[in-house]
Amino acid sequence: MTDTDTRRLTQLQWLESEAIHIIREVGAEFERPVLLFSGGKDSVVMLHLAVKAFWPAPVPFGVLHVDTGHNFPEVLAFRDATVERLGIRLEVASVQDYIDDGRLRERADGTRNPLQTQPLLDAIAGHRFDAVFGGGRRDEEKARAKERVFSLRDEFGQWDPRNQRPELWNLYNGRHRPGEHVRVFPLSNWTELDVWQYIAQEKIELPGLYYAHEREVFERDGMLLAVGEHSQPRDGETVERRQVRYRTVGDMSCTGAVESDAVTVADVVTEVAATRVTERGATRADDRMSEAAMEDRKKEGYF
Amino acid sequence: MSTLLRLATAGSVDDGKSTLVGRLLFDSKSVLADQFDSIERVSRDRGLATADLALLTDGLRSEREQGITIDVAYRYFATANRSFILADCPGHVQYTRNTVTGASTADVVVLLVDVRHGVQEQTRRHLAVASLLRVPHVVVVVNKIDLVDFDGGVYADVAEQVQQTARGLGLADVTTVPVSALEGDNVVTASARTPWYDGPTLLELLETLSPVGDPDVEPLRFPVQLVIRPQSAADDRFRDYRGYAGQVASGSVRVGDPVTALPSGRTSTVVGIDTADGELTEAFAPQSVTLRLADDIDLARGDLLAGSDDVPVATQDVEGTLAWLSDAPLHPGARVLVKHGTRTVQAIVRTIDGVLDLDAAALVPATSLGLNDIGHVTLRLAQAVPAEQYTRSRSTGAFLVVDPQEGHTLAAGMVGDALLAHAAPVG
Repeated sequence: MTDTDTRRLTQLQWLESEAIHIIREVGAEFERPVLLFSGGKDSVVMLHLAVKAFWPAPVPFGVLHVDTGHNFPEVLAFRDATVERLGIRLEVASVQDYIDDGRLRERADGTRNPLQTQPLLDAIAGHRFDAVFGGGRRDEEKARAKERVFSLRDEFGQWDPRNQRPELWNLYNGRHRPGEHVRVFPLSNWTELDVWQYIAQEKIELPGLYYAHEREVFERDGMLLAVGEHSQPRDGETVERRQVRYRTVGDMSCTGAVESDAVTVADVVTEVAATRVTERGATRADDRMSEAAMEDRKKEGYF
Repeated sequence: MSTLLRLATAGSVDDGKSTLVGRLLFDSKSVLADQFDSIERVSRDRGLATADLALLTDGLRSEREQGITIDVAYRYFATANRSFILADCPGHVQYTRNTVTGASTADVVVLLVDVRHGVQEQTRRHLAVASLLRVPHVVVVVNKIDLVDFDGGVYADVAEQVQQTARGLGLADVTTVPVSALEGDNVVTASARTPWYDGPTLLELLETLSPVGDPDVEPLRFPVQLVIRPQSAADDRFRDYRGYAGQVASGSVRVGDPVTALPSGRTSTVVGIDTADGELTEAFAPQSVTLRLADDIDLARGDLLAGSDDVPVATQDVEGTLAWLSDAPLHPGARVLVKHGTRTVQAIVRTIDGVLDLDAAALVPATSLGLNDIGHVTLRLAQAVPAEQYTRSRSTGAFLVVDPQEGHTLAAGMVGDALLAHAAPVG
């Protein structure tokens, strides 16, 4: 092989190689890493990359799920089947437990996404996790656009955007003091389209609701919400059966579906490439609450 | 298949960088409807007739409240055959810190100059950082050409100033493009109003520049990240498996190649190149792979594998150029940590030899380094590392200086006389 062109990585190979490098750095330098795993597509891709990074050895850390109690049942089933298949340890931090014993109170609007921060930080402190892998991508949102790959959190779990470490070359600085931890984002440089192209290339299995299916939905704030145990139509909201899919998978009460004919992964790649609306704009009520919603939650220690 | 190019944008305040970045995103159709609606609404609220594309790169609320840009922001856009990662480096506060950060990973620095003002002090500094960090390509966007009535003579004067400054800083490959970011001339679409310019538009240029590094000519450098030994694996095939995981930092490696481990100097031969997708016969930068060797030569994280035909020398004494990024100054005698490749070692700052005066492109005597200073130091390391001249190897010539107590990153380090080695006096 002397042709220079054959020695250039494609964009997906480049992104994969960068993510594997990041994951291996954490595996080598930290005592107690954990990977945030919800069964959502970004966390599924991240776990897939972790498996590849350490192959043929097993992944040397477990996964943590912050369960709002309002998750789609099929996503929880997918989560359990995945960790079972890979033989990986799963820890669950339950928002429901916090509400049941009074440590957290249900919000008036019913959404539980902002309530995840406390159980997440308690789980990190309780298990003394020093590195926490998150599936956040910089293309998602403007607070994330300024996030580091290795992002230091203080003993309160807070992100201080004005006091971030400069990140130079591919030399990641994971040093931290006792009580502090580092959030690590191996998919920082991936876009939604990259993620889907990679899912297609690697034939990665996802929960079925990422693909078009018929479902009972009702419209609220311009979003299609699924009818389920934790999300019921209010007066004046009518339930219809429509062909939909999910672009993100989170809390049932605030994650909207989009109308779609994309039944296969190839269909989804085509749809995402042609879409005219951002992932969060289309599907996340919690990020619409205010322009700086994500910024505020991140500072408090959110994902 | 699509390839990837990393760029860093820099400019002084009011050079129109936000507008240019917004224009690149918008004209390459990377702005989605809900994002555009949102900036149109804000523009209307502010009494503007058309959407202000600069708002696309509008930052955090805490930045708007304080009227500053905190930090490097990363943006993504793509054309049919190339994806771009853009590090948007704010110009005014902590410009060195931000530009050094953006430039360290960039294949291209896109630098803005206001055609009415020409080369400014900050232009020179940004060019110096691009030269210091050995960014392979520099594109200078001569912006606001609409404000000089698309006058080719004014552009030619500024372009000549830019080239002269660049030559003085040792930058050979600098391209200039006349642009109106506000009106879109020569950003994505060629302008009919600059008939005297027959070069490519900015985006056309970015689509054709080659990414950093040429695996065909550079020597193999492979920092070992970790040793993979799946002893407990259920699969019998891997009971005696021992592989060295890492990312090829430069060059390429083939099965059968002789390699030398550093700092030990022991040699072996590559017998396997593994990935989770199967074995390869060859790996090249920047692939992440796992190498198997013919002999057990006691390799561990922090060691470097080099091709035996070109072996760097490991040393405890490092002369280097530091871009100092911390508020607290550096003094001789300071104890720091140095992260080089995958190895972190203790170090003492022996001497501070001077600070770079970018206007004169000369070293002036100094006894300390302050925030945003670029200076020369000598370091004594607790262990030998294979530190190569940064001008020769961007991967094994780079290091971090880290605070041993707080853990903060204090400086970007480059082995050797990274700037003045190839710079000529300004004249």
